[in-house]
Amino acid sequence: MDAPPNSIIDFHRICHTFAKSSGEPLVVLADIDSALRDGEILGLLGRSGSGKSTFLRIAAGLIKPTSGEVLYRGAPLAGPSEGISVVFQTFALYPWLTVLENVEAGLDALRLPRAEIRRRAQAAIDLIGLDGFQSAYPRELSGGMRQRVGFARAIVADPVALLMDEPFSALDVLTAETLRTDFLDLWVGHTLPLKTVLLVTHNIEEAVLLCDRILILSSNPGRICAEIPVPLAHPRDRLSPEFRAIVDEIYSTLTLRSLESIGSHGQAHGGLALVLPRASVNQMSGLLETLAAPSYAGHAELSKLAGTLVLEVDDLFPIAEALHILGFAELTGRSLKLTAAGRVFAQEATDDRKRLLREHLLRFVPLASHIHRVLAEREGHWAPHLRFKAELEDHLTPRDAERTLGAVIGWARYAELFGYDARLRRLKLGTG
Amino acid sequence: MGVFGLIATAGHQLTGPWSAALRPPISLSPAALPLYSLRTTARMLLAMVASLIFTLSYATVAAKSRRAETVLIPLLDVLQSVPILGYLSFTVVFFIALFPGTVLGAELAAIFAIFTSQAWNMAFSFYQSLKTVPLDLDEASRSFRSSGWQRFWRLEVPFAMPGLIWNMMMSMSGGWFFVVAAEAVSVGDIQYTLPGIGSYVACAIQNRNLAAVGWAIVAMTITIVIYDQILFRPMVAWADKFRSELTAASKVPRSWLLDLFRGSTLMQFAGRGIGAALHGAATARMQLRSMPAALRHMPLLQRLADLAWYGFALALLGYCVMDLVRLAGHTLSWHDAAEAFFNGVLTLLRVAVLIIVATLIWVPIGVLVGLRPRLAEKVQPIAQFLAAFPANLLFPLAVILIVHYHLTPKIWLSPLMILGTQWYILFNVIAGASAFPSDFREAAASFRIRRLRWWRDIMLPGVFPYYVTGAITASGGAWNASIVSEAVSWGPTKLDGMGLGAYIARMTEAGDYPRIALGIAVMSLLVIGINRLLWRPLYQFAAARTRLD
Repeated sequence: MDAPPNSIIDFHRICHTFAKSSGEPLVVLADIDSALRDGEILGLLGRSGSGKSTFLRIAAGLIKPTSGEVLYRGAPLAGPSEGISVVFQTFALYPWLTVLENVEAGLDALRLPRAEIRRRAQAAIDLIGLDGFQSAYPRELSGGMRQRVGFARAIVADPVALLMDEPFSALDVLTAETLRTDFLDLWVGHTLPLKTVLLVTHNIEEAVLLCDRILILSSNPGRICAEIPVPLAHPRDRLSPEFRAIVDEIYSTLTLRSLESIGSHGQAHGGLALVLPRASVNQMSGLLETLAAPSYAGHAELSKLAGTLVLEVDDLFPIAEALHILGFAELTGRSLKLTAAGRVFAQEATDDRKRLLREHLLRFVPLASHIHRVLAEREGHWAPHLRFKAELEDHLTPRDAERTLGAVIGWARYAELFGYDARLRRLKLGTG
Repeated sequence: MGVFGLIATAGHQLTGPWSAALRPPISLSPAALPLYSLRTTARMLLAMVASLIFTLSYATVAAKSRRAETVLIPLLDVLQSVPILGYLSFTVVFFIALFPGTVLGAELAAIFAIFTSQAWNMAFSFYQSLKTVPLDLDEASRSFRSSGWQRFWRLEVPFAMPGLIWNMMMSMSGGWFFVVAAEAVSVGDIQYTLPGIGSYVACAIQNRNLAAVGWAIVAMTITIVIYDQILFRPMVAWADKFRSELTAASKVPRSWLLDLFRGSTLMQFAGRGIGAALHGAATARMQLRSMPAALRHMPLLQRLADLAWYGFALALLGYCVMDLVRLAGHTLSWHDAAEAFFNGVLTLLRVAVLIIVATLIWVPIGVLVGLRPRLAEKVQPIAQFLAAFPANLLFPLAVILIVHYHLTPKIWLSPLMILGTQWYILFNVIAGASAFPSDFREAAASFRIRRLRWWRDIMLPGVFPYYVTGAITASGGAWNASIVSEAVSWGPTKLDGMGLGAYIARMTEAGDYPRIALGIAVMSLLVIGINRLLWRPLYQFAAARTRLD
């Protein structure tokens, strides 16, 4: 198998599964064929749980894929390799080492003389703007400075490929923007011997701002569902029509994915295979009220909503999906539209909201009506939590089953449809 | 248990033709005490070094090898519950036989006794830490392609350091008790005395010299304080940098000695050379060639190796049990078992009553102290000191009182068991009350929740997890202490309070190895049973109840 001449890391039919204690293994990544090309920043965009971090770890050699092959410069990748560095979302700095020592740790494997280690670490520190912080411990630094240490440590060994796992997501908005700009300056100015970058993110604007090409990963299982080129020159203007057009295109793709997933899983197994999004009633109410406000008049583009409410994809989509499933709003294309019931919900007081949610749960959420029916039929009107969890695990992973049950219990508690006693771990009809 | 069987057999064979009495004269003059203190301290230090080496190797093997883990961790769990002073008699025989006629064997036996009192919880703590190294740090170290050796010193040891240091302190404070007990031992015909504070007190008891006991108490106090200042304060202050939380602490531990060291140029100069050498050693790759990948990924081979390993472990266990049964069958009858068990129940009753009494006294006091930060700051070190102070030095005073007032030993000897360990309850409760979130207290105050409801709904649930931690240590310590506290003497006066501890002590004096083993076995079973049935569920309950998320 010959790699295309300009690719640094090649992925051939990568599949990854996690073994489950019972039933079929969980497929995290399915059939990923792609490449990190020379001279590009490749974005990998997906919701949480789409396997994007797993993909990055496979590219870094930290995880061996269940099947498929990773080629680094044409040779199979077996484990972490020289020339590939990782920047972590949580920074992953050793708290007991100073900034300088942390950066030097990136050179541990190279067997360099001490003076050379010191010189290179110092150079990386200068480049990344950490001069003066050498003897500080990570706990003394702000988040932005900590991630700078993460960057310095990643580039100190002069990597060819830099893999970044949501590097800016743990930072506040302004700090993240500064770090992005600084990183772009280094990249565009070819200050580093770096040839290619993989950026994993769930922030759409960040992906469009930095990347030359964006792969969109669908969830359950993770599959590349779209490839979007970003042919804009740096520096990019977030407000330019070309930029907005790409952002909207990505929103449309994600919405389409969501609807497909709700549609297909909603039909199968009496609706029990549908993973319910984790959105609280308060969040749903908030979004409904925003939509009903005069400025939107019941209809809003997702990218605009995300911008005004400062919500990222991972925050916005679960709420929008929950509203869609419950019939309070409709996801179409790249926008969210209030339904008649949603408008009523937004206007009513608590008691009527509860009644409305109760009706919609029974009508639109098969799991809720199923639990309600089982509890009603049972003597004493209660059933153990485990009964429903086990039933869900026939179709879902344990984690998804737990989450789905958590979501439906949260909604049903508000609607006073059924309650949950955490001490006895049982669900009970009514509010009890 | 089986291991003790083996040692006992060995002991039997060894003691036949061989008996020893190593008793250098002990001077009761106070002037001799500084040197004795130094020797006692040296034993403690050596045992600590041994414990550290044991911890770093045993726990690492257990954490890294799945196969070793299935054997080593349950073994550690059992070892933790075996009363240390109980099997001192076996180890003494073993070590003295290793080095016949010299004092070295006795020294090693004493050091081994202290080692066993220190090593288990340290190893457990280190193992737990190795198992919970944060995933991101682990991945970072793997992405730099660090070797196993580099990883160990760069990541794993530093990560485990805070827990390890805390456990070293706890071990040390427990260790004084055992060093005092292990310095003057007589098992059947074997008798030895090692110059130190423990043997000084033993000699004072024999000669009914109350003043000497007083001097020993003073010397011990000074020793513990110096030890704390010179060894532990600097260590805790130094280890502060290993805290894993990335947030700055509100209060940084300080040590005058460490400040002095860090401030002095001469020390800096001396330290730098050592530091550089250590750094070089830690960052050297030291990579062993690992097993070929092909071999590692052959499931059949793995399965076979598993089978062989478990087969071997089971066979060894089986052999030990057989040996034990054979030994027991020869010499022990059901009557012995019943007697030991009856004594065990008596001691169990004592421990239970004492823990309840100590709880009723110290929980309210601990809460009241803990809620006053200034007072807590003063009381906390005293409570910690009292927990470290070997209560066995105070036993003679109790004996004098009991004899003087003609009290029943069965009842009045009991409090001695908990004399040293009750402080664990106090200082844990103080720590819990100090850590109690002030907004909870303010909420309670603003809703005017008072008296009974305040205790029942606010404070007691708040300190409960801390209390459980303290009570576990206290009850474990009380079992251990029973061996020296249920039967005590003052010159020719001997008081026997009955109970399993007294039973073991009696059998030890008589050199009756099978019955010592029986006593230890019964005590271990009781301790393990109580841990499993009472403390562990309580601990889990406490942990689950106080979590908010």
